Amino acid sequence: MTEHVVIVGGGTGGTVLANDLADRLEPELDAGDVRVTLVNDDPDHVYKPVWLYVPFGQREPDDGRRSFDDLVDDAIDLRIDRVTDIDTDAQRLQFHDGVPSIDYDHLVLATGSMLEPDQIPGLTEGGYNYYSESGATDLRDELLEFTEGDLVLSVIGTPHMCPAAPLEFVFMADDWLRERGFREDVDITYTYPIQRVHGNPHIAEWARPIMEERDINVETFFNAESVDPDAETITSMEGTELDYDLLVTIPPHGGIDLIEEAGLGDDGWVDVDKHTLEAEAAENVYALGDTADTGVPNAGSVAHYQAGVVGQRLASEIRGRPATATYDGKTLCFIETGMDAASFVEFDYENPPSPAPPSEKLHWSKLAYNESYWLTARGLL
Amino acid sequence: MSMTDIEPDETVDARGAACPGPLMDLIGKIRSAESGDVIRLLSDNDQSLTDVPEWAEEAGNELLVVEEFDDHNAFYVEKA
Ligand SMILES: Cc1cc2nc3c(=O)[nH]c(=O)nc-3n(C[C@H](O)[C@H](O)[C@H](O)COP(=O)(O)OP(=O)(O)OC[C@H]3O[C@@H](n4cnc5c(N)ncnc54)[C@H](O)[C@@H]3O)c2cc1C
Repeated sequence: MTEHVVIVGGGTGGTVLANDLADRLEPELDAGDVRVTLVNDDPDHVYKPVWLYVPFGQREPDDGRRSFDDLVDDAIDLRIDRVTDIDTDAQRLQFHDGVPSIDYDHLVLATGSMLEPDQIPGLTEGGYNYYSESGATDLRDELLEFTEGDLVLSVIGTPHMCPAAPLEFVFMADDWLRERGFREDVDITYTYPIQRVHGNPHIAEWARPIMEERDINVETFFNAESVDPDAETITSMEGTELDYDLLVTIPPHGGIDLIEEAGLGDDGWVDVDKHTLEAEAAENVYALGDTADTGVPNAGSVAHYQAGVVGQRLASEIRGRPATATYDGKTLCFIETGMDAASFVEFDYENPPSPAPPSEKLHWSKLAYNESYWLTARGLL
Repeated sequence: MSMTDIEPDETVDARGAACPGPLMDLIGKIRSAESGDVIRLLSDNDQSLTDVPEWAEEAGNELLVVEEFDDHNAFYVEKA
């Protein structure tokens, strides 16, 4: 009997895992003992970290797109379609009408995060973001015209993708506006939901003095409740109202509805064992990347490391051996502190981050990492 | 503080979540709750003992009671 592994979601985690399995299970795939299917709802793989650079005119959204045909090993069956139902009892995935369902022996959910701006009245009309391709290009067009007034960056959703990206955006905007001679006419305000400027206390402690030095205003305990696009104001649940001329937000995030419908977790995040990445509510189901509720940042590096763990575990299970590989919370992240300097953090469940002093070398390392990503996705790095 | 017989409208179980997970989970539930609803947050993160009261005060919501158990605390917050 052929064992069938199905990966839903061909983002960072799903693509790295598919190529990892193509390599790891080569003998079983060649012999026809195992089949691996990668399902994604878009014929292109999308690398989101590119979007941070789009508003500043340094990258185009297309720089973050590659066809799966170029990225995924030929030993993997590719299916470009949207999964519409997950039945973990029957071990079956459904697609829209008329498309045959697929049965799995092992399921891996790597469906990532979605933006849910409609949770906040007025946000879709009043706010810009760089968390989607169209958001990033709209913001670029607006930012190019923006030479004076109040620029507000509000972090609304948490968890959200790449916890460092809001800090990076204000640091880059500050530097970019200075270089272009407009900084004196622009007030930058950064808002965050809790009493610090970042969820992780060590990163918050590092970032706060830099914000003070760079004259970036901070509003903590600010949880946006509504945006008034006509009056150009954003109001928090805590009762603070801020005026803006340009509002950039990190919109609320959620996972896909199917996960909650399948009883695998709330808000689209799969409840998992944070070391084995096995789903808690169903057999033979793993989750990785943003959709796995491990409490670590929603980051591509996390999805990449978790893919390695799930790859090893699946290979052990398929070979009838006990699965021993576990995820230790490893997270790696470059943090841009301007247009030509960056810091770097590395941490895990046990060891907290300690941000490196910003340098030009780290900035170039981040850009190099983004370029070499295409080798990472192929499973080569 | 003491045991309570308050019946929460909703419970958020954030046990096992690293900080700021529990406070953010609470804020998320309060966001969608009606005025007067009581949300019970279960957290085993010590930071919640300072985070939750500070935020409740800032946001004008009332922290009704904190129940202390061996391995976690239960915070009852009423939405203003
Ligand atoms: C602006 C920005 C900057 C970032 N910068 C960094 C950074 O510097 N470093 C870093 O580590 N991370 C960064 N990230 C975060 C990183 O991009 C994500 O954490 C990462 O992509 C998560 O990988 P994933 O595999 O879990 O999900 P994703 O990469 O989001 O992939 C999910 C895939 O699932 C597909 N899918 C969803 N539902 C279905 C369905 N029902 N059927 C079929 N397919 C489906 C989607 O189309 C998508 O292809 C950044 C993110 C943003 C937005």
